[in-house]
Amino acid sequence: MVVKPLTGNYAAAYAAKLSRVKVVAAYPITPQTTIVEKLAQFIEDGEMDAKMIRVESEHSALAAAYGAASGGVRAYTATSSQGLLYMHEMVWWVAGSRIPLVMTIVTRTLGPPWNIWTDHSDIMDQRDSGWLIMMAEHNQEVLDETIKMFKITEDPRVFLPGIVGLDAFILSHTTEPVDIPDQELVDTFLPPRRQPYVFKPGDSLLMGNVPRNLKENMRMREDIHNSLEAAKKVIEEVDEEWGKLTGRRYGGLIECYRCEDASHFIVGMGAWVGDMREAVDSLRTNGIKVGLIKVRYVRPFPREDILKWVVNAKSVIVFDRSVSAGSAGPLFLDVAAHLMAAGIRVPVKNILAGITGLDVTYEDIADAVLKSVAEVEETGKFSRFIEWYYGR
Amino acid sequence: MSEGRVKGKVLPISKPCVGVAGKTGSWRVMRPVYDDSKCVKCRLCWLYCPENAIDLNEEGGPFIKINYDYCKGCGICASVCPKNAITMVPEG
Repeated sequence: MVVKPLTGNYAAAYAAKLSRVKVVAAYPITPQTTIVEKLAQFIEDGEMDAKMIRVESEHSALAAAYGAASGGVRAYTATSSQGLLYMHEMVWWVAGSRIPLVMTIVTRTLGPPWNIWTDHSDIMDQRDSGWLIMMAEHNQEVLDETIKMFKITEDPRVFLPGIVGLDAFILSHTTEPVDIPDQELVDTFLPPRRQPYVFKPGDSLLMGNVPRNLKENMRMREDIHNSLEAAKKVIEEVDEEWGKLTGRRYGGLIECYRCEDASHFIVGMGAWVGDMREAVDSLRTNGIKVGLIKVRYVRPFPREDILKWVVNAKSVIVFDRSVSAGSAGPLFLDVAAHLMAAGIRVPVKNILAGITGLDVTYEDIADAVLKSVAEVEETGKFSRFIEWYYGR
Repeated sequence: MSEGRVKGKVLPISKPCVGVAGKTGSWRVMRPVYDDSKCVKCRLCWLYCPENAIDLNEEGGPFIKINYDYCKGCGICASVCPKNAITMVPEG
Protein backbone atom coordinates (compact mmCIF):
# COMPACT_ATOMS: atom_id res chain seq x y z
CA MET A 1 0.00 0.00 0.00
CA VAL A 2 1.29 3.42 -0.93
CA VAL A 3 -0.41 6.82 -0.92
CA LYS A 4 0.39 8.91 -3.99
CA PRO A 5 -0.98 12.17 -5.31
CA LEU A 6 -2.93 11.15 -8.40
CA THR A 7 -5.34 12.77 -10.81
CA GLY A 8 -8.59 10.93 -11.40
CA ASN A 9 -7.28 9.87 -14.79
CA TYR A 10 -4.07 8.45 -13.34
CA ALA A 11 -6.12 6.67 -10.67
CA ALA A 12 -8.04 4.94 -13.48
CA ALA A 13 -4.77 4.03 -15.24
CA TYR A 14 -3.24 2.57 -12.06
CA ALA A 15 -6.41 0.54 -11.51
CA ALA A 16 -6.28 -0.91 -15.04
CA LYS A 17 -2.62 -1.83 -14.50
CA LEU A 18 -3.30 -3.45 -11.13
CA SER A 19 -6.20 -5.40 -12.66
CA ARG A 20 -3.69 -6.91 -15.10
CA VAL A 21 -5.48 -5.68 -18.21
CA LYS A 22 -3.96 -7.38 -21.26
CA VAL A 23 -5.33 -5.23 -24.07
CA VAL A 24 -5.95 -1.49 -24.13
CA ALA A 25 -7.52 0.07 -27.21
CA ALA A 26 -8.24 3.77 -27.27
CA TYR A 27 -8.51 6.92 -29.28
CA PRO A 28 -7.53 10.23 -27.69
CA ILE A 29 -10.19 12.71 -26.62
CA THR A 30 -10.17 15.46 -24.02
CA PRO A 31 -10.47 14.94 -21.06
CA GLN A 32 -9.83 11.18 -21.20
CA THR A 33 -6.48 11.24 -23.02
CA THR A 34 -4.13 11.17 -20.03
CA ILE A 35 -5.56 7.81 -18.90
CA VAL A 36 -4.34 5.97 -21.97
CA GLU A 37 -1.20 8.09 -22.15
CA LYS A 38 -0.33 6.82 -18.68
CA LEU A 39 -1.14 3.23 -19.70
CA ALA A 40 1.03 3.61 -22.81
CA GLN A 41 3.85 4.75 -20.53
CA PHE A 42 3.36 1.79 -18.17
CA ILE A 43 3.56 -0.59 -21.14
CA GLU A 44 6.58 1.20 -22.64
CA ASP A 45 8.41 1.13 -19.30
CA GLY A 46 7.74 -2.60 -18.93
CA GLU A 47 5.62 -2.07 -15.81
CA MET A 48 2.54 -3.48 -17.49
CA ASP A 49 2.31 -6.60 -19.65
CA ALA A 50 -0.30 -5.50 -22.18
CA LYS A 51 -0.85 -4.61 -25.82
CA MET A 52 -1.86 -1.08 -26.74
CA ILE A 53 -3.95 -1.00 -29.92
CA ARG A 54 -4.04 2.41 -31.55
CA VAL A 55 -7.16 2.80 -33.65
CA GLU A 56 -8.65 5.41 -35.96
CA SER A 57 -11.85 6.08 -33.99
CA GLU A 58 -13.71 5.37 -30.76
CA HIS A 59 -16.02 2.98 -32.59
CA SER A 60 -12.94 0.91 -33.39
CA ALA A 61 -11.48 1.42 -29.90
CA LEU A 62 -14.38 -0.37 -28.26
CA ALA A 63 -14.60 -2.89 -31.11
CA ALA A 64 -10.92 -3.81 -30.61
CA ALA A 65 -11.21 -4.04 -26.82
CA TYR A 66 -14.37 -6.10 -27.27
CA GLY A 67 -12.63 -8.43 -29.71
CA ALA A 68 -9.79 -8.97 -27.25
CA ALA A 69 -12.23 -9.57 -24.40
CA SER A 70 -14.15 -12.07 -26.56
CA GLY A 71 -10.83 -13.86 -27.00
CA GLY A 72 -10.54 -14.33 -23.25
CA VAL A 73 -8.44 -11.52 -21.77
CA ARG A 74 -9.16 -8.48 -19.62
CA ALA A 75 -9.57 -5.52 -21.92
CA TYR A 76 -10.01 -1.85 -21.23
CA THR A 77 -10.83 1.40 -22.97
CA ALA A 78 -11.68 4.95 -21.99
CA THR A 79 -13.44 7.81 -23.71
CA SER A 80 -15.54 10.94 -23.31
CA SER A 81 -18.34 12.96 -24.87
CA GLN A 82 -18.42 12.98 -28.71
CA GLY A 83 -16.11 9.96 -28.75
CA LEU A 84 -18.52 8.00 -26.58
CA LEU A 85 -21.40 8.85 -28.87
CA TYR A 86 -19.37 7.72 -31.87
CA MET A 87 -18.79 4.47 -29.94
CA HIS A 88 -22.45 4.08 -29.01
CA GLU A 89 -23.29 1.33 -31.50
CA MET A 90 -20.51 -0.87 -30.09
CA VAL A 91 -21.69 -0.11 -26.54
CA TRP A 92 -24.86 -2.06 -27.33
CA TRP A 93 -22.98 -4.88 -29.07
CA VAL A 94 -20.73 -5.54 -26.08
CA ALA A 95 -23.63 -5.69 -23.61
CA GLY A 96 -25.77 -7.76 -25.96
CA SER A 97 -23.03 -10.34 -26.42
CA ARG A 98 -22.55 -10.56 -22.60
CA ILE A 99 -18.79 -10.02 -22.73
CA PRO A 100 -17.35 -8.50 -19.54
CA LEU A 101 -15.27 -5.40 -20.23
CA VAL A 102 -14.46 -2.26 -18.25
CA MET A 103 -14.53 1.24 -19.69
CA THR A 104 -13.82 4.57 -18.04
CA ILE A 105 -15.93 7.51 -19.10
CA VAL A 106 -14.60 10.91 -18.18
CA THR A 107 -17.89 12.75 -18.40
CA ARG A 108 -17.95 15.78 -20.65
CA THR A 109 -20.86 17.64 -22.14
CA LEU A 110 -21.91 17.28 -25.77
CA GLY A 111 -21.82 19.76 -28.62
CA PRO A 112 -22.78 21.96 -30.15
CA PRO A 113 -21.22 24.29 -29.22
CA TRP A 114 -17.77 22.78 -28.61
CA ASN A 115 -17.33 22.51 -24.86
CA ILE A 116 -14.99 20.37 -22.79
CA TRP A 117 -16.50 20.86 -19.30
CA THR A 118 -18.34 18.23 -17.34
CA ASP A 119 -21.95 17.27 -17.30
CA HIS A 120 -23.54 13.83 -17.43
CA SER A 121 -25.14 13.99 -20.90
CA ASP A 122 -22.65 11.53 -22.39
CA ILE A 123 -22.76 8.84 -19.69
CA MET A 124 -26.53 9.03 -19.20
CA ASP A 125 -26.96 8.52 -22.92
CA GLN A 126 -25.65 4.95 -22.39
CA ARG A 127 -28.02 4.00 -19.59
CA ASP A 128 -30.41 1.79 -21.59
CA SER A 129 -27.62 -0.27 -23.18
CA GLY A 130 -27.24 -3.00 -20.54
CA TRP A 131 -23.88 -1.87 -19.08
CA LEU A 132 -23.37 -1.41 -15.36
CA ILE A 133 -22.86 2.32 -14.88
CA MET A 134 -21.38 4.01 -11.84
CA MET A 135 -20.15 7.53 -11.09
CA ALA A 136 -17.28 8.22 -8.71
CA GLU A 137 -17.18 11.07 -6.21
CA HIS A 138 -13.40 11.27 -5.76
CA ASN A 139 -10.18 9.83 -7.15
CA GLN A 140 -9.87 7.06 -4.55
CA GLU A 141 -13.30 5.84 -5.60
CA VAL A 142 -12.19 5.90 -9.27
CA LEU A 143 -9.31 3.55 -8.46
CA ASP A 144 -11.27 1.29 -6.13
CA GLU A 145 -14.33 0.96 -8.31
CA THR A 146 -12.35 0.28 -11.50
CA ILE A 147 -10.68 -2.72 -9.89
CA LYS A 148 -13.98 -3.84 -8.34
CA MET A 149 -15.77 -3.42 -11.67
CA PHE A 150 -13.64 -6.19 -13.21
CA LYS A 151 -14.73 -8.55 -10.44
CA ILE A 152 -18.40 -7.52 -10.65
CA THR A 153 -18.65 -7.73 -14.44
CA GLU A 154 -16.87 -11.11 -14.59
CA ASP A 155 -19.16 -12.66 -11.97
CA PRO A 156 -21.27 -15.41 -13.65
CA ARG A 157 -24.40 -13.87 -12.13
CA VAL A 158 -23.64 -10.69 -14.10
CA PHE A 159 -21.54 -11.28 -17.26
CA LEU A 160 -22.06 -7.75 -18.54
CA PRO A 161 -19.67 -4.86 -19.26
CA GLY A 162 -19.28 -1.97 -16.83
CA ILE A 163 -18.59 1.76 -16.95
CA VAL A 164 -16.80 3.77 -14.27
CA GLY A 165 -17.58 7.47 -14.71
CA LEU A 166 -15.71 10.47 -13.36
CA ASP A 167 -16.33 14.15 -13.93
CA ALA A 168 -14.09 16.00 -16.37
CA PHE A 169 -11.39 18.13 -14.73
CA ILE A 170 -13.10 18.20 -11.31
CA LEU A 171 -11.70 14.69 -10.90
CA SER A 172 -9.89 13.83 -14.13
CA HIS A 173 -7.25 16.55 -13.88
CA THR A 174 -7.35 17.30 -10.15
CA THR A 175 -4.75 15.70 -7.91
CA GLU A 176 -5.77 14.05 -4.65
CA PRO A 177 -3.98 11.62 -2.36
CA VAL A 178 -4.90 8.11 -3.50
CA ASP A 179 -4.10 4.90 -1.67
CA ILE A 180 -2.74 2.48 -4.27
CA PRO A 181 -3.13 -1.13 -3.11
CA ASP A 182 -0.34 -3.66 -3.53
CA GLN A 183 -0.34 -5.86 -6.61
CA GLU A 184 -0.52 -8.93 -4.34
CA LEU A 185 -3.69 -7.61 -2.71
CA VAL A 186 -5.36 -7.01 -6.09
CA ASP A 187 -4.20 -10.43 -7.33
CA THR A 188 -5.84 -12.05 -4.29
CA PHE A 189 -9.00 -10.04 -4.81
CA LEU A 190 -9.41 -10.57 -8.57
CA PRO A 191 -9.89 -14.20 -9.63
CA PRO A 192 -8.75 -15.44 -13.06
CA ARG A 193 -10.96 -14.00 -15.77
CA ARG A 194 -14.37 -15.60 -16.29
CA GLN A 195 -16.73 -15.01 -19.22
CA PRO A 196 -19.64 -16.93 -20.75
CA TYR A 197 -17.74 -18.09 -23.84
CA VAL A 198 -14.37 -17.55 -25.49
CA PHE A 199 -13.57 -17.30 -29.19
CA LYS A 200 -10.58 -19.48 -29.95
CA PRO A 201 -8.98 -20.99 -33.03
CA GLY A 202 -10.29 -24.43 -33.95
CA ASP A 203 -13.52 -24.02 -32.00
CA SER A 204 -15.87 -22.19 -34.35
CA LEU A 205 -18.61 -20.11 -32.79
CA LEU A 206 -21.03 -17.56 -34.21
CA MET A 207 -22.07 -14.47 -32.24
CA GLY A 208 -24.98 -12.30 -33.21
CA ASN A 209 -26.33 -14.14 -36.23
CA VAL A 210 -29.91 -13.47 -37.38
CA PRO A 211 -32.31 -14.95 -34.79
CA ARG A 212 -34.62 -17.71 -35.92
CA ASN A 213 -36.91 -17.18 -32.96
CA LEU A 214 -37.75 -13.66 -31.81
CA LYS A 215 -39.01 -14.91 -28.45
CA GLU A 216 -35.48 -16.08 -27.75
CA ASN A 217 -34.20 -12.69 -28.92
CA MET A 218 -36.54 -10.92 -26.48
CA ARG A 219 -35.46 -13.33 -23.73
CA MET A 220 -31.87 -12.14 -24.27
CA ARG A 221 -33.00 -8.61 -23.40
CA GLU A 222 -34.91 -9.84 -20.37
CA ASP A 223 -31.85 -11.80 -19.29
CA ILE A 224 -29.72 -8.64 -19.48
CA HIS A 225 -32.28 -6.86 -17.30
CA ASN A 226 -32.42 -9.74 -14.82
CA SER A 227 -28.64 -9.94 -14.69
CA LEU A 228 -28.46 -6.23 -13.86
CA GLU A 229 -30.96 -6.84 -11.05
CA ALA A 230 -28.78 -9.76 -9.87
CA ALA A 231 -25.74 -7.48 -10.06
CA LYS A 232 -27.08 -5.48 -7.09
CA LYS A 233 -26.17 -8.30 -4.72
CA VAL A 234 -22.80 -8.82 -6.41
CA ILE A 235 -21.97 -5.10 -6.10
CA GLU A 236 -22.70 -5.24 -2.37
CA GLU A 237 -20.70 -8.44 -1.85
CA VAL A 238 -17.71 -7.04 -3.73
CA ASP A 239 -17.99 -3.76 -1.82
CA GLU A 240 -17.87 -5.67 1.45
CA GLU A 241 -14.93 -7.81 0.35
CA TRP A 242 -12.95 -4.78 -0.85
CA GLY A 243 -13.81 -3.06 2.42
CA LYS A 244 -12.33 -5.93 4.41
CA LEU A 245 -9.12 -5.84 2.35
CA THR A 246 -8.60 -2.07 2.24
CA GLY A 247 -10.80 -0.56 4.94
CA ARG A 248 -12.80 1.30 2.29
CA ARG A 249 -16.47 0.37 2.11
CA TYR A 250 -18.76 2.62 0.15
CA GLY A 251 -22.14 1.04 0.86
CA GLY A 252 -22.99 -0.79 -2.37
CA LEU A 253 -25.19 1.02 -4.87
CA ILE A 254 -25.65 4.17 -2.77
CA GLU A 255 -23.80 5.96 -0.03
CA CYS A 256 -25.71 7.95 2.60
CA TYR A 257 -24.62 11.09 4.39
CA ARG A 258 -26.51 12.28 7.49
CA CYS A 259 -29.63 10.38 6.43
CA GLU A 260 -30.56 8.77 9.79
CA ASP A 261 -32.75 11.59 11.11
CA ALA A 262 -33.31 13.47 7.85
CA SER A 263 -36.73 14.80 6.79
CA HIS A 264 -35.62 16.09 3.40
CA PHE A 265 -33.35 14.20 1.02
CA ILE A 266 -30.98 15.36 -1.70
CA VAL A 267 -30.16 12.81 -4.39
CA GLY A 268 -27.13 13.28 -6.63
CA MET A 269 -24.17 11.53 -8.24
CA GLY A 270 -20.65 12.31 -9.36
CA ALA A 271 -18.00 14.73 -8.14
CA TRP A 272 -20.45 17.39 -6.93
CA VAL A 273 -21.62 15.00 -4.23
CA GLY A 274 -18.58 16.36 -2.33
CA ASP A 275 -20.14 19.83 -2.55
CA MET A 276 -23.50 18.37 -1.56
CA ARG A 277 -21.93 17.04 1.66
CA GLU A 278 -20.82 20.56 2.51
CA ALA A 279 -24.25 21.93 1.59
CA VAL A 280 -25.86 19.39 3.94
CA ASP A 281 -23.51 20.43 6.76
CA SER A 282 -24.30 24.08 6.14
CA LEU A 283 -28.08 23.46 6.07
CA ARG A 284 -27.86 21.32 9.20
CA THR A 285 -26.13 24.22 10.98
CA ASN A 286 -29.25 26.23 10.16
CA GLY A 287 -31.45 23.53 11.71
CA ILE A 288 -32.69 21.98 8.47
CA LYS A 289 -32.78 18.20 8.66
CA VAL A 290 -31.33 17.31 5.26
CA GLY A 291 -29.77 14.01 4.27
CA LEU A 292 -27.80 13.14 1.15
CA ILE A 293 -28.20 10.01 -0.96
CA LYS A 294 -25.24 9.59 -3.25
CA VAL A 295 -26.13 7.41 -6.21
CA ARG A 296 -23.01 5.34 -6.95
CA TYR A 297 -24.60 2.98 -9.44
CA VAL A 298 -27.20 4.40 -11.79
CA ARG A 299 -27.44 1.01 -13.55
CA PRO A 300 -28.58 -1.19 -11.95
CA PHE A 301 -30.72 1.51 -10.40
CA PRO A 302 -30.75 1.41 -6.56
CA ARG A 303 -34.53 1.38 -6.32
CA GLU A 304 -34.82 -0.55 -3.04
CA ASP A 305 -32.03 1.41 -1.30
CA ILE A 306 -33.48 4.82 -2.17
CA LEU A 307 -37.09 3.88 -1.35
CA LYS A 308 -36.04 2.56 2.04
CA TRP A 309 -34.64 5.95 3.03
CA VAL A 310 -37.29 8.28 1.58
CA VAL A 311 -40.46 6.33 2.45
CA ASN A 312 -41.35 8.75 5.28
CA ALA A 313 -39.56 11.83 3.96
CA LYS A 314 -41.15 15.27 3.68
CA SER A 315 -39.48 15.84 0.31
CA VAL A 316 -36.94 14.50 -2.15
CA ILE A 317 -34.84 16.86 -4.27
CA VAL A 318 -33.01 15.20 -7.15
CA PHE A 319 -30.06 16.99 -8.75
CA ASP A 320 -29.39 16.13 -12.37
CA ARG A 321 -26.38 17.22 -14.37
CA SER A 322 -28.08 16.23 -17.64
CA VAL A 323 -31.60 16.39 -19.01
CA SER A 324 -33.75 14.19 -21.17
CA ALA A 325 -34.96 17.17 -23.17
CA GLY A 326 -38.72 17.27 -23.34
CA SER A 327 -39.14 15.29 -20.11
CA ALA A 328 -36.81 15.85 -17.10
CA GLY A 329 -33.44 14.82 -15.66
CA PRO A 330 -32.84 11.07 -16.00
CA LEU A 331 -31.99 10.51 -12.31
CA PHE A 332 -35.17 12.32 -11.31
CA LEU A 333 -37.23 10.26 -13.76
CA ASP A 334 -35.94 7.03 -12.22
CA VAL A 335 -36.51 8.21 -8.65
CA ALA A 336 -39.99 9.58 -9.39
CA ALA A 337 -41.09 6.49 -11.31
CA HIS A 338 -39.97 4.07 -8.59
CA LEU A 339 -41.54 6.20 -5.82
CA MET A 340 -44.83 6.18 -7.71
CA ALA A 341 -44.67 2.47 -8.54
CA ALA A 342 -44.07 1.70 -4.85
CA GLY A 343 -47.05 3.86 -3.83
CA ILE A 344 -44.86 6.38 -1.96
CA ARG A 345 -46.37 9.86 -2.24
CA VAL A 346 -43.50 12.15 -1.29
CA PRO A 347 -43.16 15.58 -2.94
CA VAL A 348 -40.30 15.18 -5.38
CA LYS A 349 -38.51 17.85 -7.34
CA ASN A 350 -35.83 17.98 -10.01
CA ILE A 351 -33.10 20.60 -9.93
CA LEU A 352 -31.19 20.81 -13.18
CA ALA A 353 -27.81 22.41 -12.55
CA GLY A 354 -24.24 22.31 -13.75
CA ILE A 355 -25.38 21.38 -17.23
CA THR A 356 -22.77 22.20 -19.91
CA GLY A 357 -20.26 22.50 -17.08
CA LEU A 358 -21.68 25.64 -15.47
CA ASP A 359 -19.89 25.83 -12.12
CA VAL A 360 -21.93 24.84 -9.09
CA THR A 361 -20.67 25.60 -5.58
CA TYR A 362 -21.82 24.14 -2.30
CA GLU A 363 -23.42 27.54 -1.54
CA ASP A 364 -25.46 27.21 -4.75
CA ILE A 365 -26.64 23.75 -3.73
CA ALA A 366 -27.50 24.93 -0.21
CA ASP A 367 -29.37 27.92 -1.68
CA ALA A 368 -31.43 25.79 -4.10
CA VAL A 369 -32.23 23.23 -1.39
CA LEU A 370 -33.07 25.87 1.21
CA LYS A 371 -35.64 27.53 -1.09
CA SER A 372 -37.14 24.17 -2.08
CA VAL A 373 -37.41 22.98 1.53
CA ALA A 374 -38.98 26.30 2.58
CA GLU A 375 -41.66 25.89 -0.07
CA VAL A 376 -42.50 22.30 0.81
CA GLU A 377 -42.53 23.07 4.58
CA GLU A 378 -45.00 25.91 3.94
CA THR A 379 -47.32 24.38 1.32
CA GLY A 380 -46.66 20.62 1.60
CA LYS A 381 -45.77 20.38 -2.07
CA PHE A 382 -43.62 21.73 -4.88
CA SER A 383 -45.35 24.15 -7.24
CA ARG A 384 -42.93 23.16 -10.02
CA PHE A 385 -41.44 19.70 -10.39
CA ILE A 386 -38.52 20.99 -12.42
CA GLU A 387 -36.19 23.92 -11.85
CA TRP A 388 -33.34 25.09 -14.05
CA TYR A 389 -30.85 26.45 -11.57
CA TYR A 390 -28.24 28.91 -12.88
CA GLY A 391 -26.69 29.96 -9.56
CA ARG A 392 -27.38 32.63 -7.04
CA MET B 1 -29.34 -19.19 -35.17
CA SER B 2 -29.87 -21.55 -32.34
CA GLU B 3 -29.54 -19.44 -29.22
CA GLY B 4 -27.10 -20.68 -26.65
CA ARG B 5 -27.59 -20.95 -22.93
CA VAL B 6 -24.36 -20.94 -20.94
CA LYS B 7 -24.32 -20.80 -17.14
CA GLY B 8 -27.96 -19.71 -17.12
CA LYS B 9 -27.45 -16.78 -19.50
CA VAL B 10 -29.43 -16.47 -22.72
CA LEU B 11 -26.75 -15.73 -25.30
CA PRO B 12 -26.73 -14.68 -28.96
CA ILE B 13 -24.28 -17.43 -29.90
CA SER B 14 -24.53 -20.51 -32.08
CA LYS B 15 -22.41 -23.12 -33.80
CA PRO B 16 -21.85 -22.46 -37.49
CA CYS B 17 -23.75 -24.84 -39.81
CA VAL B 18 -25.38 -24.71 -43.26
CA GLY B 19 -28.34 -22.36 -43.24
CA VAL B 20 -28.26 -21.14 -39.64
CA ALA B 21 -30.80 -18.44 -40.55
CA GLY B 22 -33.19 -20.86 -42.29
CA LYS B 23 -33.72 -21.41 -46.02
CA THR B 24 -33.04 -17.93 -47.34
CA GLY B 25 -33.86 -19.04 -50.90
CA SER B 26 -37.45 -18.00 -50.14
CA TRP B 27 -36.29 -14.36 -50.19
CA ARG B 28 -35.52 -14.65 -53.95
CA VAL B 29 -37.35 -12.49 -56.49
CA MET B 30 -35.07 -13.22 -59.47
CA ARG B 31 -33.71 -16.70 -60.12
CA PRO B 32 -30.30 -17.36 -61.72
CA VAL B 33 -30.55 -19.90 -64.56
CA TYR B 34 -27.35 -21.54 -65.74
CA ASP B 35 -26.55 -22.58 -69.34
CA ASP B 36 -23.69 -25.11 -69.24
CA SER B 37 -23.07 -24.83 -73.01
CA LYS B 38 -21.79 -21.22 -72.57
CA CYS B 39 -19.66 -21.88 -69.47
CA VAL B 40 -15.85 -21.60 -69.79
CA LYS B 41 -15.18 -22.83 -66.21
CA CYS B 42 -13.64 -19.55 -65.06
CA ARG B 43 -15.17 -20.05 -61.56
CA LEU B 44 -15.93 -16.32 -61.10
CA CYS B 45 -19.56 -17.04 -60.12
CA TRP B 46 -18.36 -19.53 -57.50
CA LEU B 47 -15.79 -17.01 -56.21
CA TYR B 48 -18.16 -14.05 -56.03
CA CYS B 49 -21.31 -15.73 -54.66
CA PRO B 50 -21.76 -14.02 -51.25
CA GLU B 51 -23.88 -16.91 -49.95
CA ASN B 52 -21.59 -19.76 -50.92
CA ALA B 53 -24.60 -21.14 -52.83
CA ILE B 54 -22.68 -22.24 -55.95
CA ASP B 55 -20.94 -25.61 -55.95
CA LEU B 56 -18.42 -26.71 -58.58
CA ASN B 57 -18.58 -30.06 -60.30
CA GLU B 58 -15.15 -31.14 -61.54
CA GLU B 59 -16.31 -34.67 -62.32
CA GLY B 60 -18.06 -33.99 -65.67
CA GLY B 61 -21.61 -32.91 -66.47
CA PRO B 62 -22.88 -29.34 -65.73
CA PHE B 63 -19.91 -27.46 -64.25
CA ILE B 64 -21.76 -25.51 -61.57
CA LYS B 65 -24.73 -26.32 -59.37
CA ILE B 66 -26.73 -23.50 -57.80
CA ASN B 67 -28.20 -24.29 -54.38
CA TYR B 68 -31.66 -22.74 -54.62
CA ASP B 69 -32.34 -23.42 -50.92
CA TYR B 70 -29.95 -20.58 -50.02
CA CYS B 71 -29.53 -18.49 -53.21
CA LYS B 72 -31.16 -15.12 -52.45
CA GLY B 73 -31.22 -14.12 -56.13
CA CYS B 74 -28.79 -11.20 -55.77
CA GLY B 75 -27.61 -11.62 -59.38
CA ILE B 76 -23.89 -11.15 -58.70
CA CYS B 77 -23.10 -14.46 -60.45
CA ALA B 78 -24.94 -13.34 -63.59
CA SER B 79 -23.22 -9.97 -63.43
CA VAL B 80 -19.66 -11.35 -63.17
CA CYS B 81 -20.12 -14.12 -65.75
CA PRO B 82 -18.00 -13.10 -68.81
CA LYS B 83 -20.01 -15.39 -71.15
CA ASN B 84 -23.57 -14.58 -70.02
CA ALA B 85 -23.98 -18.22 -69.05
CA ILE B 86 -26.19 -17.19 -66.12
CA THR B 87 -29.41 -15.23 -66.73
CA MET B 88 -31.76 -13.81 -64.11
CA VAL B 89 -35.42 -14.70 -64.64
CA PRO B 90 -38.38 -13.62 -62.49
CA GLU B 91 -39.56 -16.16 -59.92
CA GLY B 92 -43.07 -17.60 -59.95
